[in-house]
Amino acid sequence: MDILNALVLLFNYIIVPSVAYGSQLALGALGVTLVYGTLRFANFAHGELMAFGAMITILCTWWLQSLGVSIAPLPTALLALGPAIAVTVAIVLITDRTIYRFYREKRSAPAIYIIASIGVMFVMNGLIRFIIGPSDRAFGDGQRYIIKAQDFRDMTGLSEGLGIKTSQGITVLVTLFLVAALFWFLQKTRTGKSMRAYADNRDLALLSGINPERVVMYSWIITAALATIAGALYGLDKSFKPFTYFQLLLPLFAAAIVGGIGKPVGAIVGGFVIAFSEVTITYPYKKFLTYLMPEGMQPSGLLQLLSTDYKFAVSFIILVIVLMVTPTGIMKGKTV
Amino acid sequence: MSYLSGTNMRGGYGGADVLHGCEISVDKGEVAVILGPNGAGKSTAMKAIFGMLELREGNVTLGGKDITKLSPQRRVREGMAMVPQTNNIFTTMTVEENLEMGAFLRRDDIRETIARVYNLFPILAEKRHQDAGELSGGQRQQVAVGRALMTQPDVLMLDEPTAGVSPIVMNELFDRILEVKKTGIAILIVEQNARQALDIADIGYVLVNGENKFTDNGQALLQNPEVRHSFLGG
Amino acid sequence: MNLSANARRATLAFMLIAIMLVAVGVIQSWAVMLTIFNLCLISSIMALGVNIQWGYAGLFNVGTMGFAALGGVAAMLVSQEPVIAAWHAGGWKLLLSFVSLVLVIFLVAILYGKIKKGPLRQLAITGALVLGYFLFRAFFDPASDAIEAIDPAVAGYLGGMGLPILLSWIAGGVLAAGAAWIIGRIALGLRSDYLAIATLGISEIIIAFIKNEDWLTRGVKNVTGLKRPVPYEIDLQKADWFINLVESLNHGTLSQFGADDRSAMLRQMVIEASSIFVKLCYAGLFIAVLAAILTLSVKALDSPWGRMMRAIRDNEVAADAMGKNVTRRHLQVFVLGSAVVGLAGAMLTTLDGQLTPGTYQPLRFTFLIWVMVIVGGSGNNLGAVLGGFLIWLVWIEAEPVGVWLIDNLTAGLGETSPVRLHLMETAQHMRVLVMGLVLLTVMRFHPEGILPEVVKREEGD
Repeated sequence: MDILNALVLLFNYIIVPSVAYGSQLALGALGVTLVYGTLRFANFAHGELMAFGAMITILCTWWLQSLGVSIAPLPTALLALGPAIAVTVAIVLITDRTIYRFYREKRSAPAIYIIASIGVMFVMNGLIRFIIGPSDRAFGDGQRYIIKAQDFRDMTGLSEGLGIKTSQGITVLVTLFLVAALFWFLQKTRTGKSMRAYADNRDLALLSGINPERVVMYSWIITAALATIAGALYGLDKSFKPFTYFQLLLPLFAAAIVGGIGKPVGAIVGGFVIAFSEVTITYPYKKFLTYLMPEGMQPSGLLQLLSTDYKFAVSFIILVIVLMVTPTGIMKGKTV
Repeated sequence: MSYLSGTNMRGGYGGADVLHGCEISVDKGEVAVILGPNGAGKSTAMKAIFGMLELREGNVTLGGKDITKLSPQRRVREGMAMVPQTNNIFTTMTVEENLEMGAFLRRDDIRETIARVYNLFPILAEKRHQDAGELSGGQRQQVAVGRALMTQPDVLMLDEPTAGVSPIVMNELFDRILEVKKTGIAILIVEQNARQALDIADIGYVLVNGENKFTDNGQALLQNPEVRHSFLGG
Repeated sequence: MNLSANARRATLAFMLIAIMLVAVGVIQSWAVMLTIFNLCLISSIMALGVNIQWGYAGLFNVGTMGFAALGGVAAMLVSQEPVIAAWHAGGWKLLLSFVSLVLVIFLVAILYGKIKKGPLRQLAITGALVLGYFLFRAFFDPASDAIEAIDPAVAGYLGGMGLPILLSWIAGGVLAAGAAWIIGRIALGLRSDYLAIATLGISEIIIAFIKNEDWLTRGVKNVTGLKRPVPYEIDLQKADWFINLVESLNHGTLSQFGADDRSAMLRQMVIEASSIFVKLCYAGLFIAVLAAILTLSVKALDSPWGRMMRAIRDNEVAADAMGKNVTRRHLQVFVLGSAVVGLAGAMLTTLDGQLTPGTYQPLRFTFLIWVMVIVGGSGNNLGAVLGGFLIWLVWIEAEPVGVWLIDNLTAGLGETSPVRLHLMETAQHMRVLVMGLVLLTVMRFHPEGILPEVVKREEGD
């Protein structure tokens, strides 16, 4: 029996990665849910939007690095986020003007919006391949770890190490800050309230004199900013690979819907639910149980509930189960 | 000429007309009620006055100004307020936020108006921080009326405000409407509960097939044998 | 009546495509042209399948990739010879694991029926599921390990049924239809965007399954060398009749050369001709299938069934009120459309001669098919075929054309200019951008597509 080592193991391989991944999903899912709340469609281009934002961040990072700018021990990418958000917001607003607004004026069905967003997805995907190419890009610099696994072992004398990457720490702090700021904005400001009102009851919002175009514009701005940050953090944490972002689409949708679509709190809860499920279900528990079981009773197999290759299936299964139990999601989102 | 009036209104939803030269008007400090059987065009007439339906013929004036071509949003700016029949509150927002959203167009201090609404509907003051969606049917209608009053309108329009609420709540709501009337607002109501509505009405319009069948003050209509027979159940 | 206008437009569009194909044949080669043509045919069939769902009934299926992959698996499972050693090693245990799975499902159903709703039932069912999971894994893990250990370099899986591969085209349709039926039962009540997300998720799960269950599909190790419904090039090159045929066809050219050159020349011609002949055989088969499905689709759309389908699509509420069983009809159409996609998937794997689970990408197998349907004209069967041809041609040819364009446009920059090198390197990705722009442009300015849906007025005005 070695409870301490087992706990450290759990922290190192499940809790820390899940919290970081959950934060990234939450930020992405917030964007999905905001667009859904105000524009009423599932944005299939959202994964690509995150990739696009991350790409601009990388380009800005390289540029800053070439100028010799550094904020070590923090990664330069944090500085690059500012201009990257500006560029991504501009792109998103142009997309809205040239594409989505047309369907808004025609009051098209959600399916038409989705097909349009598939078109946008193609274009963004093409732009990304064209500009930065399909290969892996590392852009993290500064100090890589907050705690190194080896240092942790030396410090505590345990045989298991606990490593926390700088990117993970930054992800959590940035997410906390952004979520707090977003909720303050939505709860306390006139514009934020008008966005909630518009998402809640579009016709009544119009009767109250709320300008839909402004609400939509703010939704896109916030969505683009969050997507850029989420995409950059995800890339910083796991290295930037354009094609992995499309695969984030399913966990993102799952997070938004599981939490209750159109509900910002739901997106955050959903993000963590999905992240923790993915990691816990695909983690092999062999070593963990080895620590807890008496000598000589070590388990033989890997004790993995599902192979990691099925991690996207996990988010989908969670989605289906939650929808079967509470059709509007955990936080009672829009019933449609 | 009344403060708000729709004259010779003709129009409908594509295809055939629903309104065939219908006339509705109401003055400040007056309650006007639109009655009629199902499909007579009551709600359509109200929508036409509010600009949610394009008129093929006829016009709508407010304070002597022709507003026929204005969008509903513009009419709100001109001092009209509307309480729709359904989905008339922001269910996921608190009572107070509902009122704030009602005053979205105003840039001045709205605290006094909020206080007046709470004065009118004391129960709302009690539940100001609760989500409006959690309230009872009658309280929701109070939130809806309160939200509409937040623009400090000259005209308040209510589309079947008592649909689906209990008789006690209905009477209370009508009492409140009379209070609102005393502040000098013109009130236009579409109603199914004809008898109670005519009780508080200064003027009643009975529509049949998109045309005015009877127009008189509330009491007179209540006494009118034909109206009694056809619309008030004897 | 826009029928004749459509007919004119269709003729024009197909003529344009024919010209483009001929151009490809002349500029690149006839073998390339035939490869593209065959994939055009398969794409058209997939587009027809999606059109049945979206165009007829307004069902938003974003899981085309999954159904196509199921068709591919069917092609492999039907045609490959069974691996007897693998069956001996773990086949029966594997069956046992599935039996245990079925038993657990029964148990859960019984528990659900016998125990009243409440925490006890939840506990019992959860318990049964957990127990069942471990029981399943206890049989399954050793079985799949044993199977995958049999000759892993070439086998390591159970193999198939050893039947002619043409049968798999039907099997692919049936397999996809079966999957669609299960999915439809669960997901069809959802509104369109949830259905889209659900089908997207399911298709990803199907691909994950095919990639990882090596005992069934060899996973990313691929199954190569599938049987063929057409002759092999190598056999043709040895066959006298074929050599004679080539010789007689090229008599004029050959007679200009001397005997030595002549036989070498002929040899070369036979090799080229064999490849073209094989492709033509495939094309013949594919054209037959496409013609059959197109005819059936057109007939179905014009039948009372098709009219009802469109009525439901245009006004679900009214159709429901008229007593039409909307969900049932949707299920029908969903299963039908998916079966067509599955059939096309089996055809594609047959043409490739191998099952390569790693190649199933949503961009290519789902979203590109959608572009075909929208651009071709949703609701119009011929439009879907047209879209399949046109978009596949553009998809394939955008790369060489893009490279050529950039090569010429940046020629002034100098051979080693980094901008030029970067652009040349990424030119192949132009096609994704082009597809997006084509889709957005068509949706915006011509949303009914190249061949609009033909709306027949019953009243005759």
